[in-house]
Amino acid sequence: MISHRIITVFALAASLAAAAMQTASAEDAPPRQKWSFSGPFGIYDQAQLQRGFKIYKEVCSTCHSIKLLAFRNLAEPGGPGFTEAQATAIAAGFQVTDGPNDQGQMFQRPGTLADHFPPPFPNDQAARAALGGKLPPDMSVLAKARGYEWGFPQFIIDAFIDYQEDGPDYIHAILNGYTDPPAGFALPPGGQYNKYFPTGAIGMPKPLSDGQVEYTDGTPTTVDQYGRDVAAFLMWAAEPTLDARKRLGFQVMIFLIVLTGLLYFTKKKVWHDVHHPELTGSQPQA
Amino acid sequence: MSGHSTYQPQSPFMQWMERRLPIAGFIYASFVAYPTPRNLNYWWTFGGILTFMLGVQIVTGVVLAMHYTPHVDYAFVSVESIMRDVNYGWLLRYLHANGAAFFFAAVYAHIARGMYYGSYKEPREVLWILGVILFLLMVATGFMGYVLPWGQMSFWAATVITNLFSALPGVGEPIVTWLWGGYAVGNPTLNRFYSLHYLLPFVIAGVVVLHIWALHMVGQNNPTGVEPKTEKDTLEFTPYATVKDSFFMAVFCLFYAWFVFYLPNYLGHSDNYIMANPGQTPTHIVPEWYYLPFYAILRAIPSKLLGVTALASSIIILAFLPWLDTSRVRSANYRPLFRQFLLIFFAAVIGLGYLGSQEPTGGYVIAARILTIYYFGFFLVILPLLGLFETTKPLPNSISESVLPAPSPGAKA
Repeated sequence: MISHRIITVFALAASLAAAAMQTASAEDAPPRQKWSFSGPFGIYDQAQLQRGFKIYKEVCSTCHSIKLLAFRNLAEPGGPGFTEAQATAIAAGFQVTDGPNDQGQMFQRPGTLADHFPPPFPNDQAARAALGGKLPPDMSVLAKARGYEWGFPQFIIDAFIDYQEDGPDYIHAILNGYTDPPAGFALPPGGQYNKYFPTGAIGMPKPLSDGQVEYTDGTPTTVDQYGRDVAAFLMWAAEPTLDARKRLGFQVMIFLIVLTGLLYFTKKKVWHDVHHPELTGSQPQA
Repeated sequence: MSGHSTYQPQSPFMQWMERRLPIAGFIYASFVAYPTPRNLNYWWTFGGILTFMLGVQIVTGVVLAMHYTPHVDYAFVSVESIMRDVNYGWLLRYLHANGAAFFFAAVYAHIARGMYYGSYKEPREVLWILGVILFLLMVATGFMGYVLPWGQMSFWAATVITNLFSALPGVGEPIVTWLWGGYAVGNPTLNRFYSLHYLLPFVIAGVVVLHIWALHMVGQNNPTGVEPKTEKDTLEFTPYATVKDSFFMAVFCLFYAWFVFYLPNYLGHSDNYIMANPGQTPTHIVPEWYYLPFYAILRAIPSKLLGVTALASSIIILAFLPWLDTSRVRSANYRPLFRQFLLIFFAAVIGLGYLGSQEPTGGYVIAARILTIYYFGFFLVILPLLGLFETTKPLPNSISESVLPAPSPGAKA
C-alpha cells in the first residue's frame, strides 16, 4: 500500500533526525534542585529570600544592577518579609542620585522605600570599562531570562509535573559549575571555565566560596547553599507575584472543576432524551 | 441568516421593537432555534471556544494597552511594570500571552476538524476561505503582539520575519525599509506594530461575523458529511449546542488556567526576558510554537526566495482546498485512504513543528525537506488524485440513520 511506503519514508526521516540529535553537543544539564516555590502549592521561603538578599547585597551587587526592584518590594507580601522599618533602613543604606535641584545640580541622597536599587555603575559603558569589557547582566528578571532546553520528551513531562524552575536551577548550577576545563578546551583570555555555561567560557570569575557570607540562622555556609539561596532571591525578584498567582490559581482551578462538573451533568440531562429516543416514544420510522 | 424566525415577542415593548429593529428575533433565529446536526461531536465546539478566546484577548489586551508604552526605551520596562505594579497586571499579561497560544491551539483543532470532515466542500467554500483569512489575520496579529514586549526574541523575530520580504526581487529592499519605517527595526517599527496589533483583532471580529453569517447560510457540516434532510436530523442550538459548547469550553479553560497560573512562562522563550539588543544576536532564534511548522518549511529550502514562497504558499494553499480535493464524499470516516493520508499529514505538521524548534543542521534539514515535500504533495498530488481513484464506504441515508439505534426486528412494519 502507498501509505506504508510513506510511513517508511517517515521512519527514515525520524532516524535521520535522531542521528542529528546525538551529534548535537550541549553544555551539561543543570541538576534540578528542590525549591520551596516549585509545584502548584509552592511559595517562597521568607528566610531563604532574606539569606539570598544578603548574598546579593554583599556579593552580586558589586557588579550586577537590579534596577526593576524597589526597596518597598522588600516589605511587600509574598517577598522576603522584611518589616517596613527594616526595608526603610536598608534603603537608607544606599545612596541614590536625584535631581536636578534648584541649582541645576544632580545630588546624592539616602534611598527611600519608593526608590529602586541604584546600579553599581553609572552606565553600561562605565561597567564595561571597570570589568575588562564585560557587562554583567541586570539581575531584575535574570531568573526568567535564563534557562535550559530539556528537549523531547522531557519538555512534555514538565508541563504535567509543573516544572518552571529551570532559571533558578541554571543560576545555582552556574555558581557551582566552576571546574578545571576539560583537556583540549581553549579558554579565551579573561574567561573562566564553567561546565554549565552554554559556551563553556564565562566572563564572571568564581563569585562565591565556602564561608564567604555569614549566616546567623545556622544554615550551612557552602557555595551549594549560597547558590540555592541567591537563586531563590532572584526568582522572587523576577516574579514577585508568584505567591499571589498560585493562591488565585488554586481558587480558579477549584471554581473551574466545579463548573465543569456541573456543566457535564447539565449536558447529560439535556441530551438524555436525544441519546435515548426509545424512552420518549420518538422512535425513528423503520 | 437562514431559517425562519419563530420568535414571538410577548411584551408590548419587544413587539414595538421587533417591528423597528428585529434584533431579538435575529438572535433567537441564530442562537436559539437555529438547527444543528444532532450528531456533532466535541470537535465542533472549537468555533465557540475561538469566539470566546477572541473576546478574552480583546478584553485583556485593551486593559494592557492602558499600561503599555510603545517606545524602544520603555516598552520592556513598561511590561515589567505591568507585572509588578499594576493591580492584577501579572494576571492580565499571563492571560493574554498564554491566551494567544491557546487561541492558536483552538484554531488548529478547528482547522483539523474542517479538514477531517471535509467541511470546506461545496457549498461551504466561502465559509472555508473566510476561515483561511481569519487564520492569516491571527498569524499577523500574533506576530506583531510578540514584538511588543521588546525582548530579544521580539526584536530578532521582527528582524527575521520582516527581512523575508527582502527576498522579493527588485522591490524587496524598498518594501522592507517601508515596513520598518527606517533602515532597521526600530521605534517606528514598534509603533506601527502596536497600532496594527490593536487594530487587527477588530478586523478579525468583523470577519468572524462574516464567517458565522456564511455558516448560518449553509448550515453546519457534521461527522457523516451528509446534509440534514428532515427535522429528525437536527436539534435546536439552544439548549443542545449551547450546553455542549459550554461544557467543553470549561474543560478548555481548565487547561488554559493550568498554564496561566502554574506554567505561565512555559510556552515562552527565556530570551524574551532580556531587553532587545540590536547589537547582540541570540544564538538560536525561534518563533512561538504555533509558527514552528511554517518556520521549518521556510528553513527547509536553501533558496531564500523559494523558502519565502513556500512559507506563504503553505498557508495560501489552504484557500484552494475546496478545489484541490476532488472527492465528492466529505467525511474522512467514509474515505479510508484519505483518512490515512490526512492523519499522516497531521503527523507531518507536528513533525515540522518539532524540526522548526531545532537547529537547522544535518538530519534535521533532510527530515524537514521530506516533510515539506509531503505537506505540499498532500495538497497538490494526493488530494486531486485520491478523489478520482478512491473507493469510498457507503454513506448513511441520513444523519439520524447513522446515530439512532436501529429499530428492533420485531418492531419492523
